[in-house]
Amino acid sequence: MEKREYTITADTGIHARPATLLVQQASKFNSDITLEYKGKSVNLKSIMGVMSLGVGKGAEVSITAEGADEAEAIKGIDETIKNEGISE
Amino acid sequence: MVASVKIRELVDSMDDIRVVVGEENLDREILVSDLSRPALELTGYFNFYPVDRVQLLGKTELSFAEKMTSDERYIVMKRMCQAETPAFLVSRNQEPPRELLKAAEEKGIPVLLSKRSTTRLSSNVTNFLEERLAERISQHGVLVDMYGMGVLIIGDSGIGKSETALELIQRGHRLVADDRVELYMMDERRIVGEPPEILRNLIEIRGVGVIDVVNLFGVGAIRLKKRVDLVINLEHWDRNKKYDRLGYNLDKMQIFNVDIPKLSIPVRVGRNLSIIIEIATMNIRAKEMGYDATKTFENNLNNLIKKNTEEE
Repeated sequence: MEKREYTITADTGIHARPATLLVQQASKFNSDITLEYKGKSVNLKSIMGVMSLGVGKGAEVSITAEGADEAEAIKGIDETIKNEGISE
Repeated sequence: MVASVKIRELVDSMDDIRVVVGEENLDREILVSDLSRPALELTGYFNFYPVDRVQLLGKTELSFAEKMTSDERYIVMKRMCQAETPAFLVSRNQEPPRELLKAAEEKGIPVLLSKRSTTRLSSNVTNFLEERLAERISQHGVLVDMYGMGVLIIGDSGIGKSETALELIQRGHRLVADDRVELYMMDERRIVGEPPEILRNLIEIRGVGVIDVVNLFGVGAIRLKKRVDLVINLEHWDRNKKYDRLGYNLDKMQIFNVDIPKLSIPVRVGRNLSIIIEIATMNIRAKEMGYDATKTFENNLNNLIKKNTEEE
């Protein structure tokens, strides 16, 4: 299992566009990937699930991947998060 | 090929038009949809006489002609009867001048009579000709009328367009055309589709054969033509392709310079295409009426994010 924690720095939080990009990236991997925020965890491959959290600026979230390609998954998602300025 | 309409087709499709002379020349062809009202020509001014148009004689033209002598009338009518002139059309059940009948018969041009007023007749005939003479393209696909929206389903051969259409018919929608849809531009904003006559009412299902929809489902299950409001593009599911998850990016398909909204729907075993297409159509319709679920959701989401941010 791979896990990484982030503090959201984007002003608009994880709104529709970044959520779509995260889900697209996560969907490329076979591992089970979850996003956790305020004790609630959702499947990072589910767009409605991710958006339902309403993650705002300053929020502490963690992303967990479990499966054969968990390391690549975390790395890939990390790139999206950095490139899109979701977190630093 | 240049489109043309035979005089016979015009006479057959307008129940108020009958033939006065030239019954044997109904194979003459009309090539342009514009009509001409030859009023100035009656005075002898032929500089811009549009010979290739149907010549429409209303009350103005005939009352003017009445004031001329028989010889003058014959000379002018003869000049109007050119080799290219498709036909003469007289409105309001007026009696065509004898000189016109004579000149037209000599040249083998039919003279037609209608009981309608000139303006109404003119617009009926123009509409008929415009529709019949419009440029057509043949599109591989299925056209279905769903909730009053014309939905053109396109996609590769064998992807399941006809099967989907059959399921849609069974769910109460109406078939316009299967396999080949003939599309033409009705005006600057509207594209209309209809089946080639030979394929009307028919669907071909692999393994079953040709099905007559009217025979099996009744006349309520078909429609002869329909304006195209939405294009649904069925494509094979591609793992690497990014599909629209939220409904932001409505694509367009250009047909005769008219933009028609287009949705691409990936096909995969276990997806019920007819229900997805039904919902997609209803959703587009709702958007046109001002209910946009995507936008509403986005606003709600942004409000939630704002609230959560303030709490941090």
